[in-house]
Amino acid sequence: MTDQQPLSEAIYTPESQLKHPGRLINNMWNDLKASRGLAWRFFVRDISARYRQTFLGYLWAFIPPVFTTLIFVFLTGKKLLNIDDTGIPYPVYVMLGTILWYVFFEGVNSPIKIISGSKPMLTKINFPRESLIIAALGEVIFNFIVRVLLIILILIWFKVPISTMIFLAPLGVLSLMLLGLMFGLLLTPLALLYRDIEKGLPIILQIWFFLTPVIYPVPESGAGAILNYVNPVTPVLNTCREMLTTGVITRPGLFVLISSLTLILLVLGWVLYRLAMPHLIARIGA
Amino acid sequence: MDNEVLVRVENISKKFCRNLKKSLWYGLKDIGREIFNRANGDVRLRPEEFWALKDVSFELKRGECLGLIGPNGAGKSTLLKLLNGLIKPDQGRICIRGRIGALIELGAGFNPILSGRENIYINAAVLGIKKRDIENRLEEIIEFSELREFIDMPVQSYSSGMKVRIGFAIATAMNPDILLLDEILAVGDIRFRTKCYQRIGEIIKNAAVVYVAHDMNQISRICNRLLLLHKGDTVHYGEVKEGIQKYHHLYHREKMNSKTPPQGGLKVFDKNLSIHSVNLIPSSIKSGQKVKVQIDYSAKKNIEIGSLHCNFKTSSQLLAAAYISNMSGDEYGFKKGSHQITIQLGKLNLTTDKYIFSCAAFDETQKIFLFSAFDYANFDVIGNFFTTGIIEMGDKPNLENE
Repeated sequence: MTDQQPLSEAIYTPESQLKHPGRLINNMWNDLKASRGLAWRFFVRDISARYRQTFLGYLWAFIPPVFTTLIFVFLTGKKLLNIDDTGIPYPVYVMLGTILWYVFFEGVNSPIKIISGSKPMLTKINFPRESLIIAALGEVIFNFIVRVLLIILILIWFKVPISTMIFLAPLGVLSLMLLGLMFGLLLTPLALLYRDIEKGLPIILQIWFFLTPVIYPVPESGAGAILNYVNPVTPVLNTCREMLTTGVITRPGLFVLISSLTLILLVLGWVLYRLAMPHLIARIGA
Repeated sequence: MDNEVLVRVENISKKFCRNLKKSLWYGLKDIGREIFNRANGDVRLRPEEFWALKDVSFELKRGECLGLIGPNGAGKSTLLKLLNGLIKPDQGRICIRGRIGALIELGAGFNPILSGRENIYINAAVLGIKKRDIENRLEEIIEFSELREFIDMPVQSYSSGMKVRIGFAIATAMNPDILLLDEILAVGDIRFRTKCYQRIGEIIKNAAVVYVAHDMNQISRICNRLLLLHKGDTVHYGEVKEGIQKYHHLYHREKMNSKTPPQGGLKVFDKNLSIHSVNLIPSSIKSGQKVKVQIDYSAKKNIEIGSLHCNFKTSSQLLAAAYISNMSGDEYGFKKGSHQITIQLGKLNLTTDKYIFSCAAFDETQKIFLFSAFDYANFDVIGNFFTTGIIEMGDKPNLENE
């Protein structure tokens, strides 16, 4: 009552929101702006709640990549696994690969997780839905930043020479995050309707892990080479690792192409998410 | 300023599906149509679908309160969700002007591990309260909820009543232009509830309100118009008193048609006794009429009855009337053979509603059941006057019945 600004107007009709693209874009922009404060709240809520009921607390951010590295270093050390020359010390290769893989992995999972977890709120309160996506991205960024400490430690420990390219690494990592987020966002509407996604996704990501040069370098030929070629994660993850170490980017063109496609598909995923939401709530709302 | 229309609902309809698998599949198809820019306004029902809401229209100005009533499944919640923009109508148009606040499910989205204070920040942000407003209002919210000493404890240790208190305090801290109120205050003690009604009353003065409730007292006090829904259709839109009467008639008819089987059962504990039937006569009662209970039984030998109990509860399990034989100085007993016991009871001056009849007999020690018939039968009372509550008290005739 205090501010005399004109009242906002909302109109709900059966027609597709795409009938009025101008209104849609305007709403998307306004909701994105309105989301910032709320996304921050969600982010703080999730981070502070995540480790509160644990004994080891924030150590849990480090445990998965450290153990994955140890396992593969052990397996190759015992000659149970034969890995081609990686160019940099193998533990560094695996550790960086694993941490970068987690960036992608969490990018895929966190929007699905946070949005499914917010079902009770989504079906009862009308708040800017974008806030959940931003909070999901925030969580991925936060997890990575915590692990940067690990990256610094291992680079120093193995005395890996770094190049000036390292200043581009944040951009590379962001691209990897958004790539994961894009897949996650495109899957979210389906995941809210059908539990199959929730059940199948871990299996798919497990396979994907082995099809990506996380623990071994890209094969020169054969089926592995082809799979690596069509796998969009490969060039982005490799570029990130190269930026952090040797500084020699092997496929810069492909990296730029995939990053741009990611941005386009991410916006489409956002539109899809918005368009689908009222239909999803009508179907899943208790 | 006072005459601005804040809510305009024009002929809206919404379909729902009974079958979950089909519902999910239709959901996927609807999303597909939305993406390919095709209208979802198909008037035909697909298999297993029904109209949860059909052709509903109304208008609401600032300062007005619309009561939304109807039996379960009438479409009240669906209408609130449509107004809140959570779901899209399948037909029609909704126009909302101003900031909308919904007191629907208080405390949705509380994180159990975080403290009450942390949850206030989150919940307030979700409801669209700006950051600086939360800071300013934090004290006020804690004060209103009366939970200061618990505010830094994790919410999982709160009772359900405490969660509602804090949820209410947050939700009413914003001053919405439009307020959607669902029956939320069923929890909580009477003192806090009174405080909440007071707060709602203050908000209503400056807002357009849609109020869903089953409590006709509150409805008739707060609302200046009524929308009565039944299976998605508008039965009544307009005058409050007329709407409440129609609601009672509808409710009554609904109950008669539904032929609800008794929820409780007859259980005989004495091995020498079998009870054939327990009947409340008449089965449909005009308020003020005398009633009696007939028990048909067979007994292998004479059995002494310590006390016979009959009671009448409202559908919300509130005891409306009771009879205990030994308190009234009446003596009964089961005689050997097949016989009938008739208990003459007094007048039931109950209001129009559905009630539950229970009956039981104890042995001479007063501790052991001979038989019990808890929540044995539902029966209807038709009142003489237009009133709410349990008991009819006045003899002021309803104008329409004269």
